[in-house]
Amino acid sequence: MPHLTTYVGLADHSEHTLADSFRTVAEGHARAADVFHTCRLLAGWSDEHRTALAPIIERYGEADVDEPERLHAAGLAESRDGDIGLLRDLQDLHVLATLVQTTWTVIAQGAQGLRDHELLDVATSSNAHTARQLTWLNTRLKAAAPQALIVAP
Amino acid sequence: MSDRIADIYGARTPHTKGTVWPARVDQFLDPGIGEDSVDSWVQSACLLCSNGCGVDIAVKEGRMVGVRGRATDVVNHGRLGPKGLYGSTRWANSGDRLTRPLVREDRRLVETDWETAMGRIVERSKSLLEKKGPLSHGFYTSGQLFLEEYYALAVIGKAGLGTPHMDGNTRLCTATSAAAFKESFGADGQPGSYTDIEHCDAIFLYGHNMPETQTVLWARILDRTRGDDPPVVVCVDPRRTLVAMEAERTGGVHLAPRVGTNLALMNGLTRELLVNGWVDQDWVAAHTLGLEDLRSTVEPYTPEHVADICGVGADDVRRAARIFGESEAVLSTVLQGFYQSHQATAASVAVHNLHLLRGMIGRPGAGILQMNGQPTAQNNRECGADGDLPGFRNWDNPHHVQQLADAWDVDAMTIPHWAPPTHAMQIFSYAETGSIELLWISATNPAVSMPESARIRRILGGDQCFVVVQDLFLTETAELADVVLPAAGWGEKTGCFTNVNRTVHLSDKAVDPPGEARGDLDIFLMYADRMGFTNRSGEPLIGWRTAEEVFDAWAAITAGRPVDYTGLSYDKLRGPTGIPWPVNDDHPDGTDRLYTDAVFPTDTDYCETYGHDLITGGTVTEQEHRAMGPSGRAFLKGAPYTPPHEEPSADFPLRYTTGRTVYQFHTRTKTGRSGDLNRAAPDAWVEISPTDADARGIVEGDWVRVESPRGAIEVRARVGDVMHGAVFAPFHYGHWEPAAAKGGGHDDANHRLANELTMTVWDPVSKQPTFKTAACQVTRLRDGDGPAPAPTTGASAPAERHGARRRRPRPTQGGGPTTSTTLAQTPTYPLDPAQGAS
Repeated sequence: MPHLTTYVGLADHSEHTLADSFRTVAEGHARAADVFHTCRLLAGWSDEHRTALAPIIERYGEADVDEPERLHAAGLAESRDGDIGLLRDLQDLHVLATLVQTTWTVIAQGAQGLRDHELLDVATSSNAHTARQLTWLNTRLKAAAPQALIVAP
Repeated sequence: MSDRIADIYGARTPHTKGTVWPARVDQFLDPGIGEDSVDSWVQSACLLCSNGCGVDIAVKEGRMVGVRGRATDVVNHGRLGPKGLYGSTRWANSGDRLTRPLVREDRRLVETDWETAMGRIVERSKSLLEKKGPLSHGFYTSGQLFLEEYYALAVIGKAGLGTPHMDGNTRLCTATSAAAFKESFGADGQPGSYTDIEHCDAIFLYGHNMPETQTVLWARILDRTRGDDPPVVVCVDPRRTLVAMEAERTGGVHLAPRVGTNLALMNGLTRELLVNGWVDQDWVAAHTLGLEDLRSTVEPYTPEHVADICGVGADDVRRAARIFGESEAVLSTVLQGFYQSHQATAASVAVHNLHLLRGMIGRPGAGILQMNGQPTAQNNRECGADGDLPGFRNWDNPHHVQQLADAWDVDAMTIPHWAPPTHAMQIFSYAETGSIELLWISATNPAVSMPESARIRRILGGDQCFVVVQDLFLTETAELADVVLPAAGWGEKTGCFTNVNRTVHLSDKAVDPPGEARGDLDIFLMYADRMGFTNRSGEPLIGWRTAEEVFDAWAAITAGRPVDYTGLSYDKLRGPTGIPWPVNDDHPDGTDRLYTDAVFPTDTDYCETYGHDLITGGTVTEQEHRAMGPSGRAFLKGAPYTPPHEEPSADFPLRYTTGRTVYQFHTRTKTGRSGDLNRAAPDAWVEISPTDADARGIVEGDWVRVESPRGAIEVRARVGDVMHGAVFAPFHYGHWEPAAAKGGGHDDANHRLANELTMTVWDPVSKQPTFKTAACQVTRLRDGDGPAPAPTTGASAPAERHGARRRRPRPTQGGGPTTSTTLAQTPTYPLDPAQGAS
């Protein structure tokens, strides 16, 4: 199962990147109180997914091959400034979360094929959380966009 | 003659379950005014809390000189509370009314005429529209204006300018009530009625210190709990309020959860209903969605787990749940202890869940009252001056937007509906950065009432945003404005407003406003005229000239919506009583309670919202909503408890919460100008438990410093019945002081504002700021020279056991004489189930 192992590693890695990036955006836009608190909350969800995945990684082993590197998206090392900066940062988080989501989708398919209930449960419940992360990002983007695009100083 | 400062509720008129609440007419006239010397009585309703008591205003020689409760009104059956009696008219004749417009010249506010003041606003407005467009404009209004004023403002903002930046201080007091209704039932609208009090066998008050916030409603409850076959009271509150004592007296439970842990407690109560089978399975299957998700959400919240999180007894959780589970008819009421606390919407929705699980909604006694903080908050929600679309329409539903576009004859694109409306805290953030450059504030005082007030003052006082303030007085907020417009108040203008249980009252003009002050409607219409807003046909967008014309236009656009006013008119409202909506062809006399048929406004094409994720605030899409197929079923929605945003630490080991006293309203603009009321609670204080006081060497009346990471206040300490670890501060006190004769002249006026300590953070769904969870420290500064200036009558009473002998507070008393007359023959109230109405 070399490729499933690759994807399990990708899930772990991309959740890690997403969690770190949520925290970067939280700190960088702390003046927007809802962004600060929600991004920290959502980072915690990604942490939980990794915790749930840990025993499975133990079981399968996390592949350390070249291929997944090409799949990895770089996280947000630092946040951008201002209203437009917030918009762009939320967009980047959305891209990262989408990678996470499709990764869980792929893993869930593999877990079904393998009849691995534990992995299927982790993939399904994580995917549901990721969908909520994406929904919030989309909601917040829509609310912030008009002012940022048209009026922001 | 009774002193209603000392005797807040007046004499009891106890009665048995299922019988009509007796009528008692309360009256207060200014000293020296006899009933026979009153020139006229003018119909209105009380504006000093959200209860909405019917009242007549006494007029003598062109002045308002007192008030009398309306015996025939369904809301109060003639009663009035201390604020209504002593506070309704005094402000109007106080010498410091604004009587001329003011404009800022060389950093000072100077008097001018209307032409100049409105000219400056219009000039700035037009140039901003030219330069940046409508998103440069923000409006922050009130919960104390009239329906017609909100609707006019909503049309100006949405169809004239096209800005989504409209909100009111209702965001601080009642936004969670509206949000919770929308999440559970699909649209705003109070399900229950005050008449539920006569028929219930248990009353649950969640974070609701009703004896101090709605005294007449509490009197109605006392008349049941002191009569035959009384209901059991259950109280959820971190303070030992009069509700808590009534819970103990009636064999109920007082649950005092740690500040910020309401949702954990609610999840525990929900789980108890489920595991004990206190669920109406057939009703739930037929009329709700989401049972299994709710069950798994609340599964971890055993009574023991809840006890750990909340600091309440596990058996008390069981006992409270049993009362709910085994009663035939439960009435629940909810207020700021939930709305202004952590996880506000989720906790308030959980109250709905309990009722839905037991099928206890839509029949007498089985009701929900999500309360409001202010008298006209409901109208702001209905009319859309809070950013929502008028008539409980869904901003995410293009058909709803088109209905408004057709009614107003404007392009649907003009009406902002591309995202949720901008909430108050976000509006102030935009004003902070100059993204909003014109902020128009009407009838509210955010410099005192908003969280983290040092920041709010900076925003209002800065040069980055042009601030217009429209008010009765030069409030702490008006002092910071660029233009101040003098407004007419209650009794000086005509309009309608709607109370917590949907009852609409007409308030007629009784007297002329002072000087050049103008009604708020006239001010908004003046701005609209000068701006020259037109519709698609090239006609003026707004042609109304009278409040009645606005009302009729409003009623017309409510047709077919849950909030249906089409059967109401000024003529009809000049009858014996206020009338609860919906009022239409099907319900010509109004509607006492909603959802008697268990059909909820959740249909995808009809609902006011598709809903939200209660934890993140992420919006549910139309497709997702349609896929659930709610079609008239209510939603059971749950969420796990998360810890508050700021937990106690070594530096700030106590939990800070703000609140109210019975004798003051909002930022004291009116009540502080009534000597009877203000002398009863003349200055700020802070309440601390005996244990926490002892640990700090604090005794009653000592000066203390209360500090959070954001700021500090220095006030006197009341060692009281607040729970160990919690600190309570009343939010009413800004730096304004009345004359010494009215109890003014305190030297802590510049360091007593409770909101210096609160956080800038809000609920993800309702966007209501969290005033009730912050960490703080209390340190003793020096000896006081007497007891704290806190009342002894309500939840602020001193702790009994604590050694405050040398500074024992004197009982709060000293209100002028009022009369109360219990009627031998109780009037007939339309729709009252105790009198045979169904």
